[in-house]
Amino acid sequence: MSGSALTYAIIDGVLTGSVYALMATGLTLIFGVMDIINIAQGIFVVLGAYLSYEIQLHWGIDPFVGLLITIPTLFVVGIVVERAFMSRLKGPEKTAMSILVTYAVSLLIEGSLNMIFSVNDVQINAWYVNRSFKLFGVYFAYIYVFGFILAVVLLTALWALLYRTRFGASVRASLADQTAAALIGINVRRVATICFGIGTAVTAAGGMVFGATNAFNASSSYDLISRLLTIIVLGGMGSLGGALVASIGMVMLEDVVGVVWSPVWSTMTFFIVLVIVLSLRPQGLFGKQLARTA
Amino acid sequence: MGHWSRAVWVLGLVALALFPVVVTSPAYVAIGVFTLIYMACASSWNMFSGYTGYIALGSAVSYGVGAYTMALVSIHANMAPGAAMFWLVPLGGLVASLVALPIGAIALRVRRHTFVVITIAIFFVFQLTAINAGFTGSTSGLILPFISWNESYYNVPFYYVALGLVIFATILSALVRRSRFGLQMLAIRDDEDRALGLGVRTTSVKLTGFALAQFTIGMAGALYAMFVGQIFPQFVFDPLFDVSIALMAFLGGLGTLAGPLLGALILESFQQWLTLTFSNSSLYLILFGALFLLVILFMPQGIVVFIRDRVTRRAAREKAAVAAAETTLAGSRA
Repeated sequence: MSGSALTYAIIDGVLTGSVYALMATGLTLIFGVMDIINIAQGIFVVLGAYLSYEIQLHWGIDPFVGLLITIPTLFVVGIVVERAFMSRLKGPEKTAMSILVTYAVSLLIEGSLNMIFSVNDVQINAWYVNRSFKLFGVYFAYIYVFGFILAVVLLTALWALLYRTRFGASVRASLADQTAAALIGINVRRVATICFGIGTAVTAAGGMVFGATNAFNASSSYDLISRLLTIIVLGGMGSLGGALVASIGMVMLEDVVGVVWSPVWSTMTFFIVLVIVLSLRPQGLFGKQLARTA
Repeated sequence: MGHWSRAVWVLGLVALALFPVVVTSPAYVAIGVFTLIYMACASSWNMFSGYTGYIALGSAVSYGVGAYTMALVSIHANMAPGAAMFWLVPLGGLVASLVALPIGAIALRVRRHTFVVITIAIFFVFQLTAINAGFTGSTSGLILPFISWNESYYNVPFYYVALGLVIFATILSALVRRSRFGLQMLAIRDDEDRALGLGVRTTSVKLTGFALAQFTIGMAGALYAMFVGQIFPQFVFDPLFDVSIALMAFLGGLGTLAGPLLGALILESFQQWLTLTFSNSSLYLILFGALFLLVILFMPQGIVVFIRDRVTRRAAREKAAVAAAETTLAGSRA
């Protein structure tokens, strides 16, 4: 393997991996606070991408500026979905039911997107998508770096929200133990709704970068959600740091396999690593050891 | 089993058996074949996931393995196209069960919701392998030996074999439900740690149930391959298949005997009709998603339990009314 290929794999792992980390953080946050696995996260990413695409196409607004519209929009979408469907799920089968309900939400949105935009691939276009520059001897389009900066800014903002505010303390308390949090007077329901909104809102940013770096249509959501699920299970479900490490690690590994072996098989490494890790460490890399039936 | 429910079962079976006799249009009989295939799969899926509470979303692995067993064996053994190929249907089921053993051994080590995710991951391993490997014909698919039966009754043998699969899956589910093994699966669903503490060998019970459930799904996949005559990796390893049969079981009533059959009957015939009428799969996705959300909101237990509750409640109310009337009568007499 040539040195530049390895350099490419490492740099791309950090740049693209951080964008995946942003999307995966939303997913793991929702799981940690609500015990809900949100299958619709993949289609929310695609929805975010389409929104950015349309805003640029019709109003000529740059996709990065357009985030000021798309992030609040997806926050509201998340709140509506949570209030309408998630809040009705209760009981021991809650997690299993949440998978199916969010899958149904996902199908509903997928069908609608197919009808509105047809199934032809589109891609967000801008000067930073087409122009590239040299980084350690490898060429990268500017969007990769801009996307990375965006992801770092938003992840930092999210970190500050979780660790430096009163609301964040409530979220972390709910992550640790929902019953105990409720007992000390935290409105866990409200925290859950807002977390679902935040978890969905980050997909607007992730979707914009995804839509600028990939040609996409509504069915791209299957590929996205399977990767995101793999990442949060690997990192340990509910672990924010685990999602970050797993995202960067997995994208890097995928790139290395793509260069060394063949890009055809690189996607499979994702799932094979998951299977191997889980047979050795069922709770994931950074997961808490919980009772088997929990 | 009460008289009424026995009558409903018999009536349902008679209606299904007579369908191709009454409705002779090949297009509608074909819809019937697909519907029966899904009924068998949903019933079999329920026998593991409904009884144990471990929601598997990778059943398309078994379906695809069954379909490829049929395709590869019939092609490479140079089989004469015709009814003899039906013998490969149970073989497809057997291979699917065997493949399920190592998958289950890995996937069942983890907690319930992680299990869901890992079944999805294993599904993608199979799908990507099938798309990229040479022996599966990759994206151009495989063409099975061409069966030259007369068009007007081509679908009918498939219909009755599919009906046989449905009957097989239902009887197997009913037998398992009444057996000690079935009770152990239900105990795992209710409280796995306690079941383990009481001496249920949870790991082997789960693994046996998982592999057993894949048998019918594999047979259904094999029958599908023979019926359509050409298979593509992306259609036999289809993520929508995974979630469809789960939604069918939930729609009808998870863990019940009739629920998954009813759910599949409604959803699959509806989808086929929709495709035939509008040839618009996006519309189906929207209706499918909306219907499922409505069911979750208004009858989270599924149709069968919803109706059963209504019937028992009405019976209880009538009984109470009779009792009240008798008390009043007794009071007035005194």
